[in-house]
This record gives sequence, C-alpha cells and structure tokens, in this order.
Amino acid sequence: MRKIKEFVIEKLILICGLASIFFVILIFIFLAKEGIAVFKSVSPFNFLFGKSWYPISEPPQLGILPLILGSLLVTLGAAVISVPIGIACAVYIAEIAPQKVKEILKSGIELLAAIPSVVLGFIGMVTLVPWVKSIFHLPTGLTALSGSIMLAFMAMPTIVSIAEDALYSVPKNYKEGALALGATHWQTIYRVLLPAASSGIVAAVMLGIGRVIGETMAVMMITGNSAIIPHTILQPVRTLTATIAAEMGEVVVGSEHYFALFAIGIVLFVISFAINVTADLFLHKRR
Amino acid sequence: MTKFRITNINVWFGDVHSLREVNLEVQSNEILSVIGPSNSGKTTFIRMLNRLNELQLSFRMSGEIDLDTLSIKKVDVEELRRRVGMVFALPLPLPLSIFDNVAYGPRMQGIRNKTKLKENVESCLKQAYLWEEVKDRLNTSAFKLSGGQQQRLCIARTLAVKPEVVLFDEPCSGLDPISTAKVEEAMLKLKQHYTIVLVTNNVKQAARVGDRTAFFLNGELVEVDQTDKIFTAPGDQRTDDYIRGKFG
Repeated sequence: MRKIKEFVIEKLILICGLASIFFVILIFIFLAKEGIAVFKSVSPFNFLFGKSWYPISEPPQLGILPLILGSLLVTLGAAVISVPIGIACAVYIAEIAPQKVKEILKSGIELLAAIPSVVLGFIGMVTLVPWVKSIFHLPTGLTALSGSIMLAFMAMPTIVSIAEDALYSVPKNYKEGALALGATHWQTIYRVLLPAASSGIVAAVMLGIGRVIGETMAVMMITGNSAIIPHTILQPVRTLTATIAAEMGEVVVGSEHYFALFAIGIVLFVISFAINVTADLFLHKRR
Repeated sequence: MTKFRITNINVWFGDVHSLREVNLEVQSNEILSVIGPSNSGKTTFIRMLNRLNELQLSFRMSGEIDLDTLSIKKVDVEELRRRVGMVFALPLPLPLSIFDNVAYGPRMQGIRNKTKLKENVESCLKQAYLWEEVKDRLNTSAFKLSGGQQQRLCIARTLAVKPEVVLFDEPCSGLDPISTAKVEEAMLKLKQHYTIVLVTNNVKQAARVGDRTAFFLNGELVEVDQTDKIFTAPGDQRTDDYIRGKFG
C-alpha cells in the first residue's frame, strides 16, 4: 500500500515537472508555426533590419528594426538607472543598514515588486510624463526616457533582492579576513564582497533586465508608441511588446501583419531566453 | 614589556556569558598559547584583541584592554587591526595570484611603488617559510597551493601589513603534521619581531611553541604560567586533567 502511494506521488510530481517544460515547448511551436509564415513574404533579414514598420500600408512594410531599437533603448535606459541604484541598495541592505531599517527596506522592496505594472504606467503617465515634457521642453513627454525611468522601478526589486541574497551568501570568513587586515568597511565591500558576489549580482542584473524587456503595459502607456528609429532618448519609441499588444486586437487573422506579430513574439522569446540563460550561467558559476 | 594588558574583561553574546572576569597580560615578543576545550572562550578572547567580535550584533563587553598603554577603544579600529594581524583557522586565500594575495594589504594602504611591493612580498613570504616553494610561480592562482602552503600564504599576507602582534586562531586545525611543523617553525622565527597569541586545540602544539600558556574553561581563565610549569606542575587540578586528556 505504502509503495503504491510512493509510486503515485512520485509520478504526479514528475508529471507536474514535465508539464512546465511541455508548455514551453508547446508555446514555442505555436509561435513558430504562426510566425514563420511571415517569411514567405519578407526575408528574415529584411524583417529584422527593415527600417520601416507600416503593417497596413499596401504592400505592408514589415521591418522591425525601429521596434527592436525601441525596446533596446528603453531597456538600456532602464538598466543605466536601475543597476547602480539597485546594487547600491542591495549593498546597503546586506551590509550597512541596521536590523530595523533592513526589515523596513526589504518589505518596501517587496511592495514595489507587487505594484501591478499598469498602475506604475498610470502613475508615470500623470506625473512623470508632464515632468519630462516641461524639464526638457519637449512637444510630448511620452518618450523613451519616461519609459526607462518607469521600467527602472520595475527592475529594481528583482535586482535588489537577488543581489542582496548574493551578497548575504558570501562566506563570512571573507569579510572577517579583509577586516582583520585592516581594511575599512567600504574597502571590504568594494574589494572583497562585491567581487565575491559578482556572479550573483550579474544574474540579478540579467533577471532585472529580462523583466524590463518583457514588460508591456507600462511602456505602451508612456513611451509614445511611434515606430520610428530613435535618435535620442527624448523621442517617442515603440517597443516590441507594445507593438504586439496594441495591434493584435485589430489585425486581420491570417494576414501578413498577423504573422509578423507572431514573428515579433519569436524575437522577444529568443531575447528573453538568451537573457535568462546568461543569468542562469552566472548563477550556476556561483555554486 | 607588556604588549596587551587585559583587565576585568566580561563578554556576552546575547544572554550567553562567554568570558568572565579575564585578567591577563601579553608580553612583547613572546608566544602566548591559549588552550582549552571548545566553547571555553579562547577564540572569543583573541577576537577581543583586534575587536573582531564587534561584528556580531549581540556582542557586549565590559572591562579594559590596553595595547602599549593605550586603550584599544581609543585606537582607530582599522589601525588597530593593521597593528594586530590575524591568521584564521581555515586558510582563506583571496581569488587572486600568490603575489597579489600578499600585496593586498599594502595596496589597500595605498602603496603602489612596484619595487617596494616586490621587496615587501618577498620578505613576507620568506618569513612565512613559503618563498622557496613559490618564488617561481608568484603569478599563479593562490588556490593552486596546498592547504599548508595556503595557510603560510595567509601568514605572509598578515605580515605584509607590518603588524606588531599576530593572532593565530587554531592555524593548524586543518593541516597535516608536516605542514603543521612548517607553520610552527615559522611562528618560532616570527616571535623575534612580533608578539604572538596562538589559540590551539592541540595541547602538544602549545607545549612545543608557547613561551607561556593560558588555560581557559567555560569562559574563565583558569591559569596562565610558563609553558613548562603548566605542563609539569599546573596550579589547578582542572588544568592537569585537561592536558592529560581526561576531558576535552
């Protein structure tokens, strides 16, 4: 009887484990099936590096370079803002903050992670966008910069909590060893703890960026959504994700445009997959 | 000359009273070995001397410790730790080359002059009895060294910041007898220039290298005396029992 129970539970767990992989494969097959059809009318090269995205002109122009650059620009901006602040925050929490402050900060960070992205987008729209507009004297505040700032807030909780974890798990001996040599607290952090935790910190950054590049709602609300190749961060951009979200509802099923949106999905999938694998590599290096 | 004067030290970690009313003097250029079973407070004791206990949040203390007549609380803590170096139980090389490990401390103090660094590294490695074994491969990773070599590297690294006192916290607990002998040889040589406090679980080691020996039990300093005296005619029955291996 007990043996049967063991057997059933074991197999159930196995099935649950396999299910997640199965779904990923299924999603990829589905994306590929719908997406690859677009390459009948446009070559992969022209699709990836075409400079204009006019999906409903006749004939449709399906070049997603402006969208890729839009995504990259917003992500890069978000990374530039969130990585230094996030790592500094992690160092503060892990090393400097007194116990009470530490707990308050940690729950604050968790709360930040719990804010739905649409709410962040909404707040960005009514506060950040007008600021950006008036500070830089722009015709519109719906720019890549606004998106970057907003997304930085979204990446920060991931970066802070994973980087803090990495710093915390550096063996205590390292810290004591450095201090015993007469290093100051900052020298210890900078020369010993950060290098020792570096792989975990890189993983934290990658996962944060992964979250940013896949984010849809907030960027759609505050980046202006114009599919042009951006020259500065103060221009409106359109990201890959926002394109799919905005256009999927109106597209004619089975049209080239429809297939193109799926192909964008593949591109996104590949990008986030690459980011996650990189993060994983660094996380494993740590162990 | 008295290097450390320790008066009425009490230490608590939370509610645990780890050291009780310890009074002790450490003389210049001697090796004071500290023996006692685990949990007797001997590690807590030497970590008092470079204020490393303060890293623990629950740490509280009372009493006075003077280094050369000045209270260690009045010395800048980084300066204190440079003057009072420490070698830990487990060798802890940094993920750097052999040379960079030893040059780490001096560099941290802002010494950049290459010839100066080289001379310093060489003399420290010689003092730690490691130079002959590594002089041809100073740029290889410190992790390539054996455990005993790593521990001697850590000694060299500690010496590189030019301390006055070196604290050894069970430095041979993870080493084989031959490596242990080399570390002990290094210690005996070092006492010409440094004051050494050696915490050890190995009673025989205390007998071999210590000028004086202190015996701790349950946070109390039971007795401290010339090593010969402790091992031949201890003043306290508990000391006698411990060194004869009746408990431990």
